[in-house]
Amino acid sequence: MAEIDNNQSGDTRRDFLKKTSLFTALSLTPLTVLKAADNKVDERFAELFEKIPLNLKVNNKPYTLKVEPRVTLLDLLREQLHLTGTKKGCDYGQCGACTIHIDGVRVNSCLSLAVMNEGKSITTIEGLAKGDELHPMQAAFIKHDGFQCGYCTPGQIMSAVACVREGHANSKDEIREYMSGNICRCGAYPNIVDAIQEVKEGGKAI
Amino acid sequence: MINFQFVRTSVVKTALSLIGKDPKAAFIAGGTNLVDLMKRGVIAPEKLIDINHLPLKQIELKNNILHIGALVSNSALAENALVKEKFPLLMLALQAGASAQLRNVATVGGNMMQRTRCGYFYDTTMPCNKRQPGSGCGAIGGYNRMHAIFGTSESCIAVHPSDMCVGLAALDAQVVIAGAKGERKINFVDFHRLAGTTPEKDNNLQKGELILRVEIPANNLNKNFHYLKVRDRTSYAFALVSVAAALEIKDGLIANARLAMGGVAHKPWRLTASEVFLRGKPATLANCEEAAKLAMKDAKGFGENDFKLKLAPNTIIEALTIAKSKA
Repeated sequence: MAEIDNNQSGDTRRDFLKKTSLFTALSLTPLTVLKAADNKVDERFAELFEKIPLNLKVNNKPYTLKVEPRVTLLDLLREQLHLTGTKKGCDYGQCGACTIHIDGVRVNSCLSLAVMNEGKSITTIEGLAKGDELHPMQAAFIKHDGFQCGYCTPGQIMSAVACVREGHANSKDEIREYMSGNICRCGAYPNIVDAIQEVKEGGKAI
Repeated sequence: MINFQFVRTSVVKTALSLIGKDPKAAFIAGGTNLVDLMKRGVIAPEKLIDINHLPLKQIELKNNILHIGALVSNSALAENALVKEKFPLLMLALQAGASAQLRNVATVGGNMMQRTRCGYFYDTTMPCNKRQPGSGCGAIGGYNRMHAIFGTSESCIAVHPSDMCVGLAALDAQVVIAGAKGERKINFVDFHRLAGTTPEKDNNLQKGELILRVEIPANNLNKNFHYLKVRDRTSYAFALVSVAAALEIKDGLIANARLAMGGVAHKPWRLTASEVFLRGKPATLANCEEAAKLAMKDAKGFGENDFKLKLAPNTIIEALTIAKSKA
């Protein structure tokens, strides 16, 4: 990857690679590439793609990594950092199970390329509790039985914390509207809303 | 996802030069639609140019015109004090779109560039003239409940999915675009295209161009306005029909009316004939009904979406009724 800030420095290692015969052959003939992918040659082909250095903080811990451009932040967290609390539901930004905070803002991690998050500070469900002490939102979800199977719960809780912090938890209707990006197939919605409302009305900074 | 090269720049000129050199490259901003489409194999750019660090995140009022940088997030725009005060119709349209998580990431420029949610466009095993020109349209004679009733063609009946764009169309916004030859400015309503015989083109942005900002001129439409979105669930669903309505009422008469619809055409659908009709008249129910009737001239259903022929005028009437009733 090249960090390019002027027109002169546009020639990158990537461009150099592109000039090599194999890469040129593949890049100029998309059909060949597709066939290669079909025949599982894709994996070897992928090695030609540069892994990009990536520095970020996850739950206050700094990481220095190298990732392929196509790796999403969700896959990076789960597969490389083994932080499997963040769930993969739909993987298309429709369900909210993968919700995390990037620099304090709630985001679907399945639609964010990891390499776009250079220098960012990520918080996942693993980063909410203080040691053995649950975050107030986690405690409220348990108290109100805000889940059944639990698969959507990490995303629900990350979204709920942001919802309160944003100031969008002032009524049940407002909570429902601003939590609509988190789908629960078990239908625990009424209890989730109760949990969020209690944390909001508790008035503590969370 | 098929792999790709990745470059990042914080300079507009460099971004333009990079895209100019590489016809198979694409810009990425929020990525909420692009990454989705790449995962599904609908599109496969060979290179992504990350433009998130370009200096296009300002919202400022200059000579009574609101300048909105292309990289302003949908949530930042909806929460902006100037937007809330002067263009609350845009705020409502933004809040009606997507989810809180997506609005935090999706940008103004990216929202304009998002592709249709037509199921045939997304399903790479199906024919779609937009995805693969010449392959046919699966939606005509197929599942077309979500599809267009205005401005359709024999090659495509997809709709543009944005809510924000419906608001901007109603507000007479303009788009400032940068290209290799400099900047140009076009009316927002001319940014998106009808499908015609080239449904692969969603808009009039040329290859190698970049959206810099959107501009909204001052108006008096911040009192009587409403954005009404009808969808299959209360929140977080694409519009079946949506209506942006704004009225400037002086001495009991409509001095200025703005109406635009979403979910009904390949582009945000401005209801100019209805606006002209309403001007100078009182905002009575009968006049709202007549305006809705005028809007529906030339509407055409495709079977499963025939219900929109009734839903659309009813939504116009309801949006106007709510708008005029605001004190």
